Amino acid sequence: MKHLCRYCIATLFAVWLGNAHALDATALQNLATGDNDARITAIEALAAAGDVAALPVLRALQDGALQATPAGRLLIVTETGVTDAVTNQPLASAPADAARITINNRVRRALDAALAAFKLFSPDSAKRLEAAQQLGEGDPVLLPLVQKALTDEKDSAVRAALELAQSGMALQSDDPQQRLAAVQTLGNSAQEATKTRLLVLLEKDGAGQFAEPDAKVRVAAKKAIAAIEQRLKTAEYAGHVFTGISLGSILLLAALGLAIVYGLMGVINMAHGELLMIGAYATYVVQNLFKTHLPQYLDFYLVAAVPVAFGVAALVGMALERGVIRHLYGRPLETLLATWGISLILIQFMRTVFGAQNVEVANPSWMTGGVTVLGSLVLPYNRIVIIVFAMLVLCLVWLALTRTRLGLHVRAVTQNRSMADCMGVPTGRTDMLAFGLGAGVAGLGGCALSQIGNVGPELGQGYIVDSFMVVVLGGVGQIAGTVYAALGLGVLNKFLEPYWGAVLAKIMLLVFIILFIQKRPQGLFAVKGRTVEG
Amino acid sequence: MKSSCLLNSAVGNHLTRSIFKTAAIAAGIAFATAAHAADTIKVGILHSLSGTMAISETSLKDVALMTIDEINAKGGVLGKKLEAVVVDPASNWPLFAEKSRELLQKEKVAVVFGCWTSVSRKSVLPVFEELNGLLFYPVQYEGEELSQNVFYTGAAPNQQAIPAVEYLMSKDGGGAKRFFLLGTDYVYPRTTNKILRAFLKSKGVKEGDIKEIYTPFGHSDYQTIVADVKKFAAGGKTAVISTINGDSNVPFYKELSNQGVKATDIPVVAFSVGEEELRGIDAKPLVGHLAAWNYFMSLKNPENDKFIKMWKDYVKKQKLPGGDKRVTNDPMEATYAGIHMWAQAAEKAKSVDVNKVRTAMAGQTFKAPSGYELKMDEKNHHLWKPVMIGEIRPDGQFDIVWETKKTLRAQPWSPFIPGNEKKKDM
Repeated sequence: MKHLCRYCIATLFAVWLGNAHALDATALQNLATGDNDARITAIEALAAAGDVAALPVLRALQDGALQATPAGRLLIVTETGVTDAVTNQPLASAPADAARITINNRVRRALDAALAAFKLFSPDSAKRLEAAQQLGEGDPVLLPLVQKALTDEKDSAVRAALELAQSGMALQSDDPQQRLAAVQTLGNSAQEATKTRLLVLLEKDGAGQFAEPDAKVRVAAKKAIAAIEQRLKTAEYAGHVFTGISLGSILLLAALGLAIVYGLMGVINMAHGELLMIGAYATYVVQNLFKTHLPQYLDFYLVAAVPVAFGVAALVGMALERGVIRHLYGRPLETLLATWGISLILIQFMRTVFGAQNVEVANPSWMTGGVTVLGSLVLPYNRIVIIVFAMLVLCLVWLALTRTRLGLHVRAVTQNRSMADCMGVPTGRTDMLAFGLGAGVAGLGGCALSQIGNVGPELGQGYIVDSFMVVVLGGVGQIAGTVYAALGLGVLNKFLEPYWGAVLAKIMLLVFIILFIQKRPQGLFAVKGRTVEG
Repeated sequence: MKSSCLLNSAVGNHLTRSIFKTAAIAAGIAFATAAHAADTIKVGILHSLSGTMAISETSLKDVALMTIDEINAKGGVLGKKLEAVVVDPASNWPLFAEKSRELLQKEKVAVVFGCWTSVSRKSVLPVFEELNGLLFYPVQYEGEELSQNVFYTGAAPNQQAIPAVEYLMSKDGGGAKRFFLLGTDYVYPRTTNKILRAFLKSKGVKEGDIKEIYTPFGHSDYQTIVADVKKFAAGGKTAVISTINGDSNVPFYKELSNQGVKATDIPVVAFSVGEEELRGIDAKPLVGHLAAWNYFMSLKNPENDKFIKMWKDYVKKQKLPGGDKRVTNDPMEATYAGIHMWAQAAEKAKSVDVNKVRTAMAGQTFKAPSGYELKMDEKNHHLWKPVMIGEIRPDGQFDIVWETKKTLRAQPWSPFIPGNEKKKDM
């Protein structure tokens, strides 16, 4: 069998030599039967040769589709069929003794670098950029390939990334001049990893010798490190601001509905968290409907889920208002107890309908991954979408409250209920619609929360305290206060967290709020003028 | 009844009569079960079916019921059928103690299979010791405990955590130099990390190269922590050791993939994430992250094939939620092995009396789905287990990249915690 295989490979060799296409036979043999070390050498050899014929084999290895027989025959086994990896001939079935080649992270790292090297020659400049960035820590073995890519590269962004990669590889050069140039180029990087590599140069070994013998290169390395550190500082600071705004936008979405219900109407609604939960479950149901009925549009289920979440939560909210809460206006303690009871009923109801386990709400593909800015800071798409969504919801609520007849009525009832009643404002209807609006906005919040956390019957419980915190801090009766409070708390939390940890940061935040409310019981912004019922 | 009394027509009378009839039948059925109960042995199942731990524990309840069905189909234990009593402690630790008291005192169960988190085990322990009950605990844990009333069928730290870290430090594991210990804030992660810290120091890892971070149960915002991991990793080859428990794992792994942390750069090895937890996540961005267990579903051996088939058939027959997407995992295997071992010991002792079964458990063996013959240690109430390390595959299963040649004896008293040298096995 082994003999036959060798013969096979030898023949193929002959065929390919004619076309100037030849895969390294030893490398393939090692890939099939070698240990991890042999496999890594093989992968590097295949990449360094730069022959695109190796690409399908390497891709199959990455996807777990490459199988090998003990004799060293390589097969690509996919759902569509079996092909011989070397000859590309389709086979009826894989030999019985073929087994999938399992790889570990070490092999996968070499594989990623090798595949990136191939991508350097892709016609798509975005792909080339990605490949060049991936090579950042690459093996010096691939240096000739990078140099080759650099000679043909026109795109300036790709060129910059390639030059960084090249410099990283050139750091190990014997020529101090080359090393100096490499260090200077690396100073343009904004990656932590580059800084680490440069720091190594300044380390002393046991005998007191620097890792980098040339003093000039060392001075340049120090300068480069300082430049990188400056950039990293900026990126880190921007990162705190971004995560803070992201957390703030989530707090805002959770609290905005409550700001209307509690802030404007004065109803202590303990079931607010459950309205969030209903919004999240509505999203889940819409997702499942899309999965079964419109699988081709699954990526856009969120667009449909947004109005559904609003509608369902608003209906539940209005039913609550008409059924229970309107009988309890002006009796805060009873409202509190009744709505708390309702929240328990809603949780148990969801448990009975959907089960106690969390349900899976998947991010649409356009919300996974992120965009890299400032060199090292990744802004995940789902967070960006939620920030934008929060702004949109805020705008709509603001428009609804200031530019519509309902908003006018709500404000009138808020300022003086009996006077508004005398002026012919239908206070009962206004209460119901305002409550519905608040509940609907909570539903929208739930829809957003489903994209970043777990969706389960207890989802709302985690947000109810945060929501009240935001509304109370912002000042009752003010939407603007809620916005400032949500963003302020979010950013403050995220600046505290790196130093004190998640648990302590939260505690400090609560302490801060207690102290603040002591000093300013009316919150950040107080409603001026003649306010409502005493 | 009031409404039917108001109806005076013949239809009303008929209705009343039929209601009485139904009630009589129902009472008859109740009598029949009561009479039947004398011929059965009650066993308790104590797993959270709601709350943050439901993601992990629900399957253990299902697999326990399956195993009981299997034993019953073969004639039960001592000629009697087993009858499962399932309770839901709802991820609420004090409720665990209450429910276990109910199982032992009211239901008078012969044995209880249950608990996942160490905090729940710690909360039921006094109850079992007071009432001399018997608990089979199927999950890997931090050690530092040995009770007459508990059999531990999961791994002790030397059967999971320490081999995993050794692998990460090896060449194939990436030669990690720095370690980010990330966990949920309770007894298991804190004790495990204490042991790991002592172990890492004994291997020459410096204090500055270890970072420990904890989050509350149910934490969902991992933005800062993942950014922190990336920053820490710039200081040298880093591995993350995650003892995050429950549904927080979903947002944690989502954030990892969204922020582009790849296993080839920063591998995350988890001690509480298996096939079941990955079922709710898109595993493609997580390829290469690791888990250390004593069993993986992807193992190829006759016992495992049989186990998986039995599970799939059971899921289909009972129409369990999740259907053909349901998977097996390590704590399920440990539950399965534990129930079988208990049944074997009861047969050997010719009784389900706790003291007699306890004596009969020593040295009990079982050919488990891991493909190894597991043995209950004669002295320390723990199983001898193999250790395996798996890397996540795109389909949410694991490729085994390292495993021990034979089963290891458990060390519940870790030698890496000072003061343990004097502590003895039972």
